[in-house]
Amino acid sequence: MSTETTAGPTTTKADWTSDQEPRWCPGCGDYSILSAMQLLMPQLGARPENTVFVSGIGCAARFPYYMKTYGMHGIHGRAPALATGLATCRPDLDVWVVGGDGDMLSIGGNHLLHSLRRNVNIKILLFNNQIYGLTKGQYSPTSEIGKVTKSTPLGSVDEPLNPLSVALGAEATFVARTHDMDRTHMQETFRRAWEHSGAAFVEVYQNCNVFNDGAFAEITKKDKRPSMLIALEHGEPIRFGAEGERGVIMSRSGELQLVDVADVGEDNLLVHDERAETPSLAFALSRLASGPFMPTPVGVFRATEGPEYASQVARQLAFAQDRSGPGDLEALLRSRATWDVY
Amino acid sequence: MTDTATQQPASRLDLDRLVIRFAGDSGDGMQLTGDRFTSASALFGNDLATLPDFPAEIRAPAGTLHGVSAFQVQVASDTVTTPGDAPTVLVAMNPAALRSELGRLEAGGTVIVNSDAFEERNLDKAGYSDDPLADGTLDGYATYLVPMTSLTKEVCKDLGVKPRDAERSKNFFALGVVSWLFDRPVQPTLDWIEMKFGKRPLVAAANTAAFKAGHAFGETAEMFQATYTVRPAELEPGTYTSINGNTALSWGLIAAAQQAKLPLFLASYPITPASDILHELSGRKNFGVRTFQAEDEIAAVCAAVGASFGGHIGVTTTSGPGLALKAETIGLALSIELPLVVIDIQRGGPSTGLPTKTEASDLNLALYGRHGEAPLPVVAAYSPSQCFFAAIEAVRIALKYRTPVILLSDGYLANGSEPWRLPDLDDLPDISVDFTTAFNDTDEDGAPVFRPYKRDPETLARPWAIPGTPDLMHRVGGLEKEEVTGNISYASANHRRMTELRAAKVDGVAADIPPTMLDSDGPAEMAVLSWGSVWGAVTSAVRRVRPAGVAVDHLHLTHLNPLPADLGEVLGRYRSVLVPEMNLGQLASVVRSRYLIDVQSITKVEGVPFTASEIAAAIAGAAGEH
Ligand SMILES: Cc1ncc(C[n+]2csc(CCOP(=O)(O)OP(=O)(O)O)c2C)c(N)n1
Ligand code: SF4
Ligand SMILES: [Mg+2]
Repeated sequence: MSTETTAGPTTTKADWTSDQEPRWCPGCGDYSILSAMQLLMPQLGARPENTVFVSGIGCAARFPYYMKTYGMHGIHGRAPALATGLATCRPDLDVWVVGGDGDMLSIGGNHLLHSLRRNVNIKILLFNNQIYGLTKGQYSPTSEIGKVTKSTPLGSVDEPLNPLSVALGAEATFVARTHDMDRTHMQETFRRAWEHSGAAFVEVYQNCNVFNDGAFAEITKKDKRPSMLIALEHGEPIRFGAEGERGVIMSRSGELQLVDVADVGEDNLLVHDERAETPSLAFALSRLASGPFMPTPVGVFRATEGPEYASQVARQLAFAQDRSGPGDLEALLRSRATWDVY
Repeated sequence: MTDTATQQPASRLDLDRLVIRFAGDSGDGMQLTGDRFTSASALFGNDLATLPDFPAEIRAPAGTLHGVSAFQVQVASDTVTTPGDAPTVLVAMNPAALRSELGRLEAGGTVIVNSDAFEERNLDKAGYSDDPLADGTLDGYATYLVPMTSLTKEVCKDLGVKPRDAERSKNFFALGVVSWLFDRPVQPTLDWIEMKFGKRPLVAAANTAAFKAGHAFGETAEMFQATYTVRPAELEPGTYTSINGNTALSWGLIAAAQQAKLPLFLASYPITPASDILHELSGRKNFGVRTFQAEDEIAAVCAAVGASFGGHIGVTTTSGPGLALKAETIGLALSIELPLVVIDIQRGGPSTGLPTKTEASDLNLALYGRHGEAPLPVVAAYSPSQCFFAAIEAVRIALKYRTPVILLSDGYLANGSEPWRLPDLDDLPDISVDFTTAFNDTDEDGAPVFRPYKRDPETLARPWAIPGTPDLMHRVGGLEKEEVTGNISYASANHRRMTELRAAKVDGVAADIPPTMLDSDGPAEMAVLSWGSVWGAVTSAVRRVRPAGVAVDHLHLTHLNPLPADLGEVLGRYRSVLVPEMNLGQLASVVRSRYLIDVQSITKVEGVPFTASEIAAAIAGAAGEH
């Protein structure tokens, strides 16, 4: 931690880059997420001294060490809770939370749910590599069924969680997905999260090239993207394919289906509405692909407005002071029956 | 109230002290009755101490033994430090209460029962095959059978109160009877009923009528030969209020925040007997207190750590099971060296144990319950009102040394109350600390830098630079840090050094705390060493045995880690040291291993505090061995 003077009014990537060498494996997807973030921050006009990265434990959770901001590398699973306390007390800060799929959905699943339903103003990035990286390759709660790892030599038998479905189930007000192979898409998604007031949840498909290499290659490789990634855009018909020839419709039974646009007609395509009041449509979209081997929606699934937690807390403090006047300790001590002894 | 002109006035006798126990079904309002009797006595000028004793179930089946709720208070004309040993008076509202509480009553004591409740169904539920009011069970006690339920219904008849509702006022009838018998002022109770139930006039009217009727019954029924009075105590001049430990602790936290000039953030998960602190502080938002009911104890302590990182005073309150859950996060706070106050209102353990009963068996957990070498300061409150100052002390140490501090209280202190002479707020210590706002070092090239682990040479505390401060951006985390720079370091020499520094910082607190509390009455070869709420019973016990010629000192610890610097030397002065604890000898083990002094451990894990007689007996026994 050498000279870290605060940058001038505009910042550059260097102003967001700490002097610590990242210790991820060469080729790890975490590197591209880090540089996307470091490059985005100057564009946002954010201030390093007003930015905090909070994390749990895991490879992903090393992230704060590399950002030249305030940061806390916490304990496994608890980052959303640490960040909730900070953001509740300090609404003036930009608080980001970074963690892996094990961190946020195994040990910390509880805190993730509650920070989302409270709508605390924190930006949660879940780096999903569908594996426990730091502990050297056990299956994780997002690993596909049948995953063969050191702890599941005959394949895992438990059903994975879908992080977006979980977040939407908690009625998170902002839910999005991006992936480590597309810097522009990551930055656009992070920007939207940053602009959101309240809890924002972003799943980042991240390649662990050591323990789960290529987990998302079927959909994120450049040549696969047009046919395998469904870019969601608010107010637009949901379609994909190099020529936009494929699309999504909702059947009469309410199921989403992938179709050839030519077969159904453009007017019958489902139109994306990220601001829909209920998370039902977003939830259906989160279930469209059952794994990263089918066409998969990316982008912002849901972005709605709701009362933000810290501001609600602050409002109650202001209300209480209005009603009862600022706290007077002397009066408090005498607020119950008192008597004098002479 | 009634025309008593024709009556022979009962004679009035003076008592030095009175220990009365109100017992009834959970739904009978015994806690309220006890509380009212206590308040009237406090206003009358007595010193007193209370012991609420209620079941863990919210609504245990009516009339059963495990549904019995009791409240004991000792009222005296001199100072008291315990709720008393064996009660002299038992008020039993039903057979179950009589059955479960009679054994506590002193020989020849007084029993006042609600005779209406002694019908077959209730006798069955209490497990009595014969009526104890008639079968000789009460031989040897001064027994008064008062048909409280029917008399209450009777006076409420004309008020328009439904009989079922009227019956619920019978606790006020009981209160009226004992208020007469023990010559308690009436007006405070009448005022209180008006204040509390004013919005429900029928309830207020029924309670008032029942209370007055009970009082009149005492006067007119020719049942009681005398009334008793406990004269006001000679208390230090000042303004007093009656306070329990959890309220005092809550107010202490508010005071601490003011004395530190920092906002208070309390994050907790509900658990008996700690929840009332969360409740009390949640109602104090006008003091700028933020309270957060977390999803579990881990989230609570984490949120408190997050708040501290942001420059607030992060506090979390809990009881034993919650303290166990918080262990890992406390270790984080210790490693990142941020202030944190963890308050454990101890109860009977292990596991869910005795949720509503007291114990002081989390000392080991507080001292040692973390992985790695993880020492931290531990403070313990010793009386209900002293919880106020203990809270300030815990916050003071946490802020000054940037360390988690565990503050131990217990179920007895939490719910027990006593008169409290209000402190002069100007006497409270200034516990404010400075945030670091500028570079604190230079690098090899002479450029200014911020070193997050460059310690204060005196306290060994690291700088506290909060987010939002320009230039001082830095990262903290649970991985081992390089001395001074705070960068991640796995170097072995550095780890040894950091481990020793963290320990030295906590040890250094010893120079900043008062010496061992010593109460001495002249040369003594024996001492009783206490910590926590046992203080009260020991204080009473030594006062009791000294006039009989037993020379004994009372040593008390307000800080369990570090221990006062003089403790080893002080303990060395005695031929024998008794250590009474509401556990199986946890402090005794600490003292033995630390000072190689073979103290005599006296233990009690029965869900109730030591009585003064138990301690006095132990002292007398040990004195006999000299
Ligand atoms: C309380 C606790 N339990 C277990 C661990 C060990 N541990 C560290 S990281 C981790 C899982 C990491 O997986 P993930 O969160 O997916 O992060 P990744 O390394 O894949 O980025 C585990 C089990 C720990 N540090 N703390
Ligand atoms: S183990 Fe996987 S996730 Fe961790 S640093 Fe290496 S490549 Fe990245
Ligand atoms: Mg992972």
